[in-house]
This record gives sequence, C-alpha cells and structure tokens, in this order.
Amino acid sequence: MVEFWRWKEYRWTAPDADWKNAGIISCGIDVGSVSSQAVIMTDGNLYAYSNMRTGSNSPDSARRALDWALEGTGLKQENMHFIVGTGYGRINIPFANKAITEIACHARGANFMYGPTVRTVLDMGGQDCKAIRCDEKGKVTAFLMNDKCAAGTGRGMEVFADLLQVHIEEVGDLSFKVDKEPPPVSSTCVVFAKSEASALLRKGVPKNEVLAAYCSAMAHRIFSLLERLGVEKDFGITGGISKNRGVVDRLTKELGITSLTPRYDPQVAGGVGAALFAKSLVEKQRAGQVAR
Amino acid sequence: MKANYGYKDGSGEFFITIDTDKCNSCGDCAKVCPPKVIVMITNDYDEVVPAVAEEHRKKIKYDCAPCKPVSGPRNLPCVAACKPVAIVHSW
Amino acid sequence: MITAGIDIGAKTVKVVVLKDGKVAGKAIDLSGFDQRGTSDRLFRKALAEAGADIKDVRMIVATGAGKGEFPHANDPVTEVTADARGANVIHPKGRTVISVGAEEGRAIRTDAQGRVVDFAVNEKCAAGAGAFTESMARALELKVEDLGPLSLQSTNAVPMNAQCAVFAESEVVSLVHAGTSKQDISRAIHDAIASRISSMARRISVENDVVLIGGVAKNKGFVESLKRDLATEVFVPQDPEFISALGAAHIAFEKASKQGGN
Ligand code: SF4
Ligand code: SF4
Repeated sequence: MVEFWRWKEYRWTAPDADWKNAGIISCGIDVGSVSSQAVIMTDGNLYAYSNMRTGSNSPDSARRALDWALEGTGLKQENMHFIVGTGYGRINIPFANKAITEIACHARGANFMYGPTVRTVLDMGGQDCKAIRCDEKGKVTAFLMNDKCAAGTGRGMEVFADLLQVHIEEVGDLSFKVDKEPPPVSSTCVVFAKSEASALLRKGVPKNEVLAAYCSAMAHRIFSLLERLGVEKDFGITGGISKNRGVVDRLTKELGITSLTPRYDPQVAGGVGAALFAKSLVEKQRAGQVAR
Repeated sequence: MKANYGYKDGSGEFFITIDTDKCNSCGDCAKVCPPKVIVMITNDYDEVVPAVAEEHRKKIKYDCAPCKPVSGPRNLPCVAACKPVAIVHSW
Repeated sequence: MITAGIDIGAKTVKVVVLKDGKVAGKAIDLSGFDQRGTSDRLFRKALAEAGADIKDVRMIVATGAGKGEFPHANDPVTEVTADARGANVIHPKGRTVISVGAEEGRAIRTDAQGRVVDFAVNEKCAAGAGAFTESMARALELKVEDLGPLSLQSTNAVPMNAQCAVFAESEVVSLVHAGTSKQDISRAIHDAIASRISSMARRISVENDVVLIGGVAKNKGFVESLKRDLATEVFVPQDPEFISALGAAHIAFEKASKQGGN
C-alpha cells in the first residue's frame, strides 16, 4: 500500500484569546481524502484548529478532528453557533449545519491567510490539484480542479519517492543537487513516467537527476493547468506539495512570479474558509431574526 | 465565475467551462444533454447554474463521446442550446 | 517471395514473415531496453523459422510506436493502417477493429478491403490501455494472466470509481480490505477498461463484425466485459498480438507484388 505523506498530526490554540467574549463562534471542518482539519473561529479570528489524517470514514474523521481542536479549550460542540463542512467528505459530516464546496471555502480561506490582495490560489493536495481565482472578498471568479489523474498530485510524487526510495520530504532538496537541470520526464501519465524513470535509472542516470526530471515535469504540468485559468497576482500556494520546493521553485520560475507567504498555516485554508462561511451564515440568521 | 469541470490526463485536456456570469439560468443545456452530464445546481453563492454532475466529472471524455463523433458534423447539444454562449468545451 | 512485417510496440516486438503471402515464420519477445537489438534478433529468428535468408527478403514494413527503430525496414506504416489490414486478412467480414496494446487503445472502422475509414486512439494514459490491467494485477498481487479466468467466475458486478490507473490501485486495495472477492474485483477491473474502450469505439460508430486484436485480446475476462458493454459479438483471432505485424507483412507483400518480379 502506498504510504501517506509522512507528516505529523498537530493542533493549535490561539495563545491569548478567550472564546467567552466572542459573539460568534463558528466552525469549519474540511474532510479531505488524505487529511482532515477542524477550525474554530471567534468573531472571524482564528481560535483553534487541528490537522489529522483522514480515517476510513468521513463522519469519524470529522468527529476526531473537531474533538481534538476543542481539546483543552473548554469549548464544546454545543458552543458552536454554526458548523460548515467542506472537502471531499463534506456531505458525510452528520453534525455539520451546511456543506459548501472546497473551492469556495479555499478561496475564502486564502483571502484570510494571504490578505485581500490574493487573486490566484493553487492548492496541491494528496489526490487532487485545484486552481482558483478570486476577488478581493474571497469570492471565486474562476476555478479548475483536477482529481481524475494522479499526475500533478501528491500521489504522483509519492509513487516517485517510493520508486527512488527517497523520503518524501527530501525530494525537493535532493532534486536541486544536480550538476545541470535534466529535461523533464516526457510522459505525463504516472504509470508511464515510472517506466521512463526506471529506464533512466538503469542507464545509470543519478537518482537526484531523475527526481529533478520528475519535479520539473510536475511543475510544468501544473503550469499548464494554471495557464488555462490565467494567473493574476498575488499568488498563493497551499496543500501538501507547497512544501516541496522541488516543484514550487520550478513552477514559480516558469510562471515568473513569486508566491505569497501566508499569515497562518496554509494547510487549514479550507477549514478557515468554511468557518468564515459559517460566521456569515450566523450573521445572516441573526439579521433575519431581527428583521422579523 | 468561470467553472472548469473536467481534467487533464496523459491523453489530453478535457474541460467543460461554464461561465456563470453569462448564464441566464434557463436550464436548456441540462434539458438537452442526453447522458445528464450537465445538471442544474444551486452553487455556493446561491446562483442557479449548470454544472457537470459529480459522477461524470472524471470521465467526460467518455461520457460526451456520443456527442462527438470522430468525423461528421459536430453540433454539441449543450452548446447549441445555450443562447448566451456560456458553455465551452476544450476538446 | 519473402516479405516481412515488424511491429515494434511499447512492450513487445512482433515479427511476421510471409512466403508468397502465407505466414511462414513469426517471433515475439519483450522489447527490453534495446528495441533495435531486440527487433534485429527477432527478425532473424522469424526468418530462420521461415527457412529464408535475409537477402531473400523483398520488402519489410515496420509499424508500432518504435517503428523508426528498425533500420532494415523499407517503409513504415501507422499502427492504425497495419491493424486494419491485418484484421481484414484474418477476418474479412470485420468492419470495426479494436486494438488494445500495453500503452494504447485504438478503434478503427474499415471497409471491405481493410482500408481505414475512421479511427480513434486512446494514448498516453494508462487507464485506457493494457497497462491498466497490469497495474491492477500488481495491486492484487496476481499475475495479469490470472485476472481473466478469475473475472469469468465473478458473481457480482462491483463498480470502480477511479478513472486513473494509479488511483484505481488504491481502490482495488480498499476493495480487498472490504472483503470483495478477487473474482469480483477482477471483473470490475475488466468492466472499467472495457467501458473506456467501448466509449472510444462508439466515436467511430461500431459496425459488425467487431474484431479485437492486440495483446489484451488474450484476456478472456476483458473480452467478456467488452462484449457486454458493446452488446455485440466480438471476434478474437488466434494470436491477436501478431495481427498488426501480419498487416504490415501483407502491406509489404502487396507493394512488392506491384513492383513485379519475384
Ligand atoms: S495519465 Fe496515468 S496518471 Fe493520469 S489518469 Fe491516466 S493512468 Fe492515471
Ligand atoms: S456534449 Fe453532449 S453529453 Fe456532453 S455535456 Fe454536451 S450535451 Fe451533454
């Protein structure tokens, strides 16, 4: 069985915030195919979050992520005014009040993470790749998502890391330890690219060069997806592969623009967006009640 | 919003782009699509717009194939039905 | 008169030698890393089987993805042309040729003379070619030859959602974990690839008889799934993997005959 990204699960609570003073406590839960995050926000500020591996079923993964985010805060699920579920498992979160697509949540979350100047967000996940353009309010103006093909996703990279017996986190650095940049692997398909790489290895091409060839193929593939959408500054990159500079550096070089540094952990962008949607929904509800 | 549904794989790029700003929500495209690749949804911003149904998104190259014979006239029902020209196929 | 056809595919090389238009020798082997060397070796082997000498060969036609790798060839033809010709030789009533090799799937509509009328190709994505079943066999820890017989014993049609060979591997593994039988999984694998191949075939509008060639045609499980999906009979010749090389050899024979002499 292919291994997951070998990352540590973690949680976080804002060091100097107290939820007891908050008017709206909103929550977003992002159940992805590889990882799940629960994000709690107080009046639109990040209060606590958790990031865990997705288990075999969505309801459980959502529950565990939420429980862990709540841990030590004194908060309970009942204290949440609204919970929005997102991600691939969003329709399977029984305790969520509403489900919103990950595209909309990511855009909104990126607006929070990077500030309102962000116009293009690329999310490179374990099993998909999303490109989103948004306006200054974090509303989606265009999007594209590729979750059919493993090429250009974390999974494609894992297959290569496995083949070359390299730790997934080292791929990026190793791919730059080459005398000269090799031509990119020519097959897009991961299956065929793998045969191509095996042939290169057998010819005696050093491992790092093969890694470099794959990283640049992947960068180019993502570049061509972004081209379809058009890239406008500012530009932000989120998701597992955003940590792989072998791909990111080559991509930003090809694009000719740099990517923004997020103010918070970009892994939870989707969850943050969901929590912000939840907050707006509470506001809407309350406004409705006042009007009535 | 320009919603791109579909994918790029080793064999090519297969996207249906729906420009929801041009769409007038008439639903004609969904009505004429034989395999119901296109359906009407209420999106995250509460607009009633067409979208490619979830179960078709990873295989539109195949599911749209009957509308796209290799030779002969090409007249995609969804595109023809859309008066404001909000639907474009990439292949 | 000796003519030869060579099909240099992604995975295997096939050679057919004709003596006066009748098969006199053939050879097949994995392409390996030296396609040129392999081609040369197999060419000589097939010639030896035909009892012919290299200088007797009047004309050689090459086809397949690596057709440029064989310097002796007089002329290359596309895989589509060779497929159509070969299928016509073996089954003249064929009007639709479906050819599924390791890395490519093709659907070709032909006329009564075996000329190409229309075609569609599925390439560069393993999900639409033989490489798909190979990856799946690996995920199941089975030999690819075992998948066919297993799937014929299936009692249950299980859907496969992944449309990518890589994601399908994980799906197969989770099906195993969920307790789905290897028989049913094998059928799901063949149904999945057959549905992709038949959608491609429909783009050229399938006309009977349907001839299925290429290495994957030897997989009975796949043949069954394809028949079911196309809802028609499918004719599978003996040695389906040689048909393209056979077509090339026949094209060589015709050309040489036109040039006259013997
Ligand atoms: S090109 Fe390869 S990696 Fe992409 S969908 Fe096809 S089989 Fe999967
Ligand atoms: S091309 Fe045909 S099948 Fe595809 S979306 Fe349009 S109407 Fe539907």
